[in-house]
Amino acid sequence: MLTVRTLDVAYGAITVLRGVSLHVKAGEVVAIVGANGAGKTTLLKAVTGLVHPTRGDIWLGGSSILSTGTAGIVAAGCSLVPEGRQIFGDLSVRDNLLLGGYVQYRRGKAAEVDADLKRVLDMFPILGKRSSQLGGTLSGGEQQMLAIGRALMARPTLLMLDEPSMGLAPLIVKEIFEVISRISKAGCTVLLVEQNARGALKIASRGYVLETGRIVLEGSAEDLLASSEMQRAYLGRDVNVDSERGTP
Amino acid sequence: MSALFFQYLMAGLTYGMIYAVVGMGFNIIYNATGVINFAQGEFVMLGGMIAVTLVAYLPLPLAIVLAVLATMVVGALVELLFIRWLTSPSVLRMIIITVGVSILIREAALLIWGQNVRALPYFTGTEITSLSIGGARVSPQVVWTLAACSALVALTTAFFRWSSAGKQMRACASNRVAASLCGLPTRNLITASFVLSAGMGALAGCVVSPITYTQYNIGTGLAIKGFTVAILGGLGSSLAAVTAGLVLGVFEAFAVSVLPSAYKDAVSIALLLAILFLRPTGLFAARVAYRP
Amino acid sequence: MTINRYGQVAIFLACAAGLQLAAAAAGKGFLLTQLTMSAYYTLVVVGMSLLMGYAGQISLGHAGFFAVGGYTSAVLTTLDLAPHRGSPLVAGAERLGLLLVRPDLYGGDLLVVRPVVACALAIALALVLAVLVGIPVLKLKGHYLAMATLGVGTIVYSVALGTQWLGAADGIAAVPPFPLPFGASVSGRPDGRIVNYYVAVGLLGAAMLLALNLVQARVGRALRAIHGAEDAAGAMGVDTARLKLGTFVLSAALAAVAGVFLTHFNGGIGPAEASVMRSVKYMAIVAVGGIGSLWGSLGMSVALTFLSLRGYFGVYDDVVFGAILVGIMLFAPQGLLALEPRRALAALRARLRRAGGQAG
Repeated sequence: MLTVRTLDVAYGAITVLRGVSLHVKAGEVVAIVGANGAGKTTLLKAVTGLVHPTRGDIWLGGSSILSTGTAGIVAAGCSLVPEGRQIFGDLSVRDNLLLGGYVQYRRGKAAEVDADLKRVLDMFPILGKRSSQLGGTLSGGEQQMLAIGRALMARPTLLMLDEPSMGLAPLIVKEIFEVISRISKAGCTVLLVEQNARGALKIASRGYVLETGRIVLEGSAEDLLASSEMQRAYLGRDVNVDSERGTP
Repeated sequence: MSALFFQYLMAGLTYGMIYAVVGMGFNIIYNATGVINFAQGEFVMLGGMIAVTLVAYLPLPLAIVLAVLATMVVGALVELLFIRWLTSPSVLRMIIITVGVSILIREAALLIWGQNVRALPYFTGTEITSLSIGGARVSPQVVWTLAACSALVALTTAFFRWSSAGKQMRACASNRVAASLCGLPTRNLITASFVLSAGMGALAGCVVSPITYTQYNIGTGLAIKGFTVAILGGLGSSLAAVTAGLVLGVFEAFAVSVLPSAYKDAVSIALLLAILFLRPTGLFAARVAYRP
Repeated sequence: MTINRYGQVAIFLACAAGLQLAAAAAGKGFLLTQLTMSAYYTLVVVGMSLLMGYAGQISLGHAGFFAVGGYTSAVLTTLDLAPHRGSPLVAGAERLGLLLVRPDLYGGDLLVVRPVVACALAIALALVLAVLVGIPVLKLKGHYLAMATLGVGTIVYSVALGTQWLGAADGIAAVPPFPLPFGASVSGRPDGRIVNYYVAVGLLGAAMLLALNLVQARVGRALRAIHGAEDAAGAMGVDTARLKLGTFVLSAALAAVAGVFLTHFNGGIGPAEASVMRSVKYMAIVAVGGIGSLWGSLGMSVALTFLSLRGYFGVYDDVVFGAILVGIMLFAPQGLLALEPRRALAALRARLRRAGGQAG
């Protein structure tokens, strides 16, 4: 569904991504993990058209989207839940979600929007309760759900999430990952970028590790979770030292 | 209430509503783009000037409508030519550009219409007609001005609060990246904010032209006063802009009753500086999202 | 080989001298008049270049400071204080030797303030104004300062235009020469043309030296840090507020000095010197010369003000500067000299391609 080929992205003189290649097959959940500054957000921004690569190509569902604008990419079925939630604080929850459904009007599917709204509010009951409240009054976890719900309103075939667990309490993080899992099971392809490597890999089928702009590891999620390099660098465990301690 | 006092009050309210509309125009563009559009006052001038030219050939209502539409086109052109294709310019650069644009518009107006002072005919009656309101005499044009500006404010507020296009513009103003991720046509929404501001300013310019006259250079003073209103009232709320505009207009009118009228502009600017002086940390946070 | 700042100023003075000699040789000594005026206007531009380029602040009313300087010295040196001899202020000033008696145009006598004293008072007034405006406003974002300075400039203009004893629309005329050592003076007399030229050039050179000193010293580097990233600079201990205020006040002082001397040179001043358009012209010149390039601003200023004064732009004077402003900011925000045509063209093409591909 999504193919990225030897992508280079630079901000002025600083190259943030180098020769990044990855792919996401329909129905998969793919996780991209890495530390701060590795370039994960830039990668998603490039896919969604917010930044322009200096080299390489990006293919969505069989055609290149390099010169398609963000609006076109969203209309083609690729939605991004951005880093830091980025909901519309001064608009109500309901309005936030309805705006997410804007592409449906472009596609001529306005009739489906109301049904979609109901479905999203059912998926996130807390949003249903707060549907007329302003987005800015929601808690961090609720805003994250709102952001995901807003992206879902566009009926994406590929949902990308940028660090959905950031800044959230562990219990909420668990909930968020469960929601993502559910979304995937409902048929949506998911590309998940996370610093929380363990949580992301547990719900993913495959993963990539991004380090200072390059893919340094890739493989099935199980393999990555078990690999000792991963364990040491991203999962916080040195196998040789901690083997007496149980699995967290 | 003495007749003179009432006179000054009406003059103040009339000018005040115009300032409020200019201030709202500032707000709309600022909220959408973070740009303080120095050319805002020129839209008011253009509305009046174009209408004056057209009224020689067309009935007054049609002349006004076309003048407003023409100014809206100018507003769109300003955005398309000078603002749209700049990628994250600095505040300094944006200020300089809009100052330059306002000069170009003003000089074009000078070229087309010369230095002559012009005025639209009174919508109803003449300059000596007056209505009796509460025992005092008020020109019907004043009533037109207050009514038209109030309608403008009300319609704009309703537009932003309830219409989907208005909510789209608010979303774009609140968080442009998030808006584009919703698939919203952010660039066109920004152009729309310029078109809306230009149209509002133009209508205000038409409706007040019979009383205050129109000249190629009235734009700069209006821009300053509009900015004062925007600061006073808050770069966000339209009700506050109206209140601030009326306060400024009335203050100016009464100040001129005790000081020479040549100081009229100086007085309201002094108020602006006093506000900035007394609230040095800035009255409002940067990029306050629009609150209708 | 980078020439140090003294060398740069020396080269500048040499060029100025060369220009004067060339004009004399070509029999066009009268050009010195406009060149002298250009030099004084350039003094304002140098101050603005410091303000815009190094402190990253914008002033849309700098002509106001010029006018404050010019009008103050004009009023003080032409207003007859004789009728007020009785008042304690005038009597005290006379005793301190701050006043002098000089003949007026009609054969009578005027009791006026000494030009030197008037100059000092003019500059002091401009400084006070700059501090009053600068302190509250420099803490705010860019457009607050822009509007506040626009406001100040407009107030000065309104007051100059509307006040009778400031000459209203006609301004003040018959301003006496400003006496200099060795019997020279700053005035418009043709036989003093060459001396006046070098006085102006000298002032400009001194100002450039001062500016270069600031820019290359710790202060300048600090200022550039502000312009780049104010919060970071603040976190590193740079007193951003004080530096911005200092630069603002200095630029106001330079404008006031220019105002004083040009008024004596021209023998008068009018409200047009305080107009918004004048301020905008100063800004346009800094922009085209390169915001952040002192010599660029100086060069552009001399060239453009000279052309404008000689009337080359005709009735389109304002349009030219407005167009320059817009054009430079759109296409070459770093100034004309920083423009790299090929790279700019490629960037333009890329942007148009993108703009075409996305309407929303």
